[in-house]
Amino acid sequence: MSSLATAARAVWDFIVGDDWATAVGVLAALGITALIAGAGAVAWWVMPVAVLGLLALSLRRAAR
Amino acid sequence: MSGPELGLAVSVFLACAVEAVEALTIVLAVGATRSWSSALYGAGAAVIVLAAVIAGLGPAVTALPIHALRVGVGALLLVFGLQWLRKALLRAAHLKALHDETAAFEAEAAAARGHARGVARIDSYAFAVSFKGVLLEGLEVAVIVLTFGGNQHRIGLAAAAAGAAIIVVVAAGVAVRAPLARVPENTLKLVVGVMLTSFGMFWGAEGAGVSWPGADAALLVIIAGLALASAVMVAWLRRAPQALSEAA
Repeated sequence: MSSLATAARAVWDFIVGDDWATAVGVLAALGITALIAGAGAVAWWVMPVAVLGLLALSLRRAAR
Repeated sequence: MSGPELGLAVSVFLACAVEAVEALTIVLAVGATRSWSSALYGAGAAVIVLAAVIAGLGPAVTALPIHALRVGVGALLLVFGLQWLRKALLRAAHLKALHDETAAFEAEAAAARGHARGVARIDSYAFAVSFKGVLLEGLEVAVIVLTFGGNQHRIGLAAAAAGAAIIVVVAAGVAVRAPLARVPENTLKLVVGVMLTSFGMFWGAEGAGVSWPGADAALLVIIAGLALASAVMVAWLRRAPQALSEAA
C-alpha cells in the first residue's frame, strides 16, 4: 500500500471510525436540512430526528 | 461566561481529561518499566506537536465563512460525538467491555519489558511509545479544541480548558503513582458524547440555514433531550439484546 493510501486510510479511520453509515447519514441529514431551510420551510426538527434515528440504528447494528 | 462558552469549556475539559487518563496510563507503563526521562520527553514532544497543530490551524479555522464553518464543525462534532456516544451506551448496557486502565497498564508494561534495550542515553522505545500514545490520544482533543473554539472564536478558552484537564490528570497521576483506574471513564465519555453530538446538531443545522426556536436556549433542550434519549436507549439495549439477536 502506498504511503498516500496509508495516510488516506488513517484519516478515514480517525474521522469516520468503524461506522461509515452513520457518517454518511449525518452528511445526508445536513443536506436535507439545507434543502428544506433553503425552500423557506421549518427545518429545525430534521437534525434531532435524524440523529436519534442514526444512533438507534448504529446501536442496533453494534448490538447484533 | 455565556452558556455556549461554558458548554465549550466543560466539553473540552471532559474530553481532554478522558484522553489524558488513557495517555497517562501509557506514559506510566513505559516510564516505570523502561525510562522515566525518555517517556516524559516523548510525552512532552507530543504535547508540543499538538499545541503547534492548534496554534497553526486555529487562525485558518476562524477565518472560514461562518456558515461553512458551522456546517463543517457540526458534521465533525456529530461524527465524533456519535462515535463516543455509541461506544459509551454499549458499555453502559454491558454489551462492550469497559476500558480497564489497570489491564491497559499491565499490557503496555509487559510489551515494554519484552522489547530489547539499546545503549543510547535516550531509550528510543520509551520515547516512541510515549510520543505515539500521547499524540494519538490527543489528536481528537486537538480537533475538538479547533472545532469548538473556532466556531465561537474562543480557541484560547478551549485550549485553556484542555490544558487545565491535562494539569488535573497529571497531578492526580503523580499523587497516586498508578493508572487512574477509579476515574468513571465511561460516564465521562457518555457526557462528552452527548455534548459533542448536541453542539454538532445545533451548529450544523444553523450552518445549513436553520433558526432554532428559542435561539441559544434550544441548545439546553437538545442536550437534555439527547441525555434522556441516551438513558432510554441504554434501558432498551439492556432489556432487548436477545430480541436484537433474534431479529438479525
